[in-house]
Amino acid sequence: MASTIRVRAVAGSDNTEVQALVQHPMDSGFIKDAKGDLIPPHYIEVIEFQHAGKAVFTAYWGPAVSKDPYIKFSFKGGKTGDDLNISWVDNKGQSDSLVGKIQ
Amino acid sequence: MDLNSMSENTVKRRGQTRRTVVQGALAGGLATLGLAGTAPADRARAADASKWPKEAFSQKTEAGAIKALYGKTPEASDKVSLDAPEIAENGAVVPISVTTTLPGVTSIAILAAGNPFPLAAHFVIPAGTSAAVANRLKLAKTTNVIALVEAGGKIYSATKEVKVTVGGCGG
Amino acid sequence: MTAKHRTAAINGTVFFAIAVAAIGAQAARAANTVDPQADFKAFRAYFTKRFPKVPLSDFVNGPYSMDAGLRKQWIEIDAFPPYQFALDKGKQMFETPFPNGKTYADCFANKGIGIRQNYPLFDTKSGEVITLDVALNQCRQQNGQPPLDYTKDDMAALTAYMAYTSRGKPFDIKIPDDPRARAAYQKGEEYFFSRRGQLNFSCASCHVQSAGQHIRTEVLAPALGLVAALPIYRSEWGGMGTTSRRLTSCNSQVRAVPLKPEDEQYRDVEYYLSYMSNGLPISGPGARP
Repeated sequence: MASTIRVRAVAGSDNTEVQALVQHPMDSGFIKDAKGDLIPPHYIEVIEFQHAGKAVFTAYWGPAVSKDPYIKFSFKGGKTGDDLNISWVDNKGQSDSLVGKIQ
Repeated sequence: MDLNSMSENTVKRRGQTRRTVVQGALAGGLATLGLAGTAPADRARAADASKWPKEAFSQKTEAGAIKALYGKTPEASDKVSLDAPEIAENGAVVPISVTTTLPGVTSIAILAAGNPFPLAAHFVIPAGTSAAVANRLKLAKTTNVIALVEAGGKIYSATKEVKVTVGGCGG
Repeated sequence: MTAKHRTAAINGTVFFAIAVAAIGAQAARAANTVDPQADFKAFRAYFTKRFPKVPLSDFVNGPYSMDAGLRKQWIEIDAFPPYQFALDKGKQMFETPFPNGKTYADCFANKGIGIRQNYPLFDTKSGEVITLDVALNQCRQQNGQPPLDYTKDDMAALTAYMAYTSRGKPFDIKIPDDPRARAAYQKGEEYFFSRRGQLNFSCASCHVQSAGQHIRTEVLAPALGLVAALPIYRSEWGGMGTTSRRLTSCNSQVRAVPLKPEDEQYRDVEYYLSYMSNGLPISGPGARP
């Protein structure tokens, strides 16, 4: 079974551009299911990106982030072949991580 | 399930490779990474939930969220660029991005004034990371979207109204 | 109503009237007087004339060929689209052998890669229109596997992957020289132009007469290229949906009783619409509001 994290990290001359898509319901807690009951909130709270042992980007998310959340950012450095460590944790304590490769 | 081809997750640890098995969200369960104990220096640090700004995310007003997050009043700046559609195609998935030419940026936040909890996202921008972020947010209704940039200890903002309508076709 | 809209509405009404009259007349005709090629030309001319600024291949992008604000959001989202997960799942499903060791590749030409644009096709042996979804279930049954639900995630994932391998390939729908094939095509055309439901809309009411206009807050996709983006990830659904899911929900939305998924009528209308889109590129899997 694959990770919940998909990443495209591309090294440019100065910066590495990172795009990530994470499979997660990001339930806000405001939507009802087919029976009319509220679906409880279930969303990623923290997602962190690290390169060479250093955090290069951290996002704190709330229920207003769309389902299957997307993020794009750039950081200085990073070269093709480098690892990019990504990990997230949600409000239920569930988590996932991925070691991506910079292209 | 073929274990060999299954997981893309590997955590390298002192020459060992430990596969972390993660079930897809479609299966209805997400396995928890059990990174217990002290972490060796070269292991990837798991995201730390304790740093999540709980108070800011639970504020029900724009002012309250800004106060909880930064404790300062933002000043509008044309050096903060907020890109959001005039009319959202669907309020559940609105592509919004923030960039700025301000130097010394340490964080960016995005709020939706009309959301039940105005704070949508908060991004930590370490030195060396560009002050630019693109994401997709839920907007409950037509609302002002506010981008906040923390730079040099001050807070700057840009605002844009995004119209949100109920999806058509009565479905 | 602006002059432009009035003209568009009139053109729509004229075409609509012509089409309805033609169908009314054809109802009395034998199937071998059906002229799909003439229909194709008229259909294409209607849309290219009504939307002269839209490049022909762009019609497959539905509402995004009609509205710049929507298009920008779509391009941003499509850069790393939410149907990525369905695609990955579909690929995995496609490549996983059945318990008997065979795979989907064994059931299709070219190992099932890059063939979506040939569907639906008319099966002269069974005398029916076979859509890709039906062909996939036939493959499963031939290999001792239970069929997939036509409206649910697994079929959506599988067809998403197959559409993806055909992206950019032009629709190549054939109507063999067989009166049953022409009859199926004609039935599809009739279904498309027939009003139904409490709202008394036909497919054409929205996708021909009102193409490019708003229905509540959405922009109606033109019928030309309409099926090229299937299966679709709809923000409204928060997930992927098959052709069957879209057709049944379209029926519900005009307050008509939906047919069963992959009902002969649905297959015939998909056949008709796909033939009308011959030459236009597959754009699926698509993202829609």
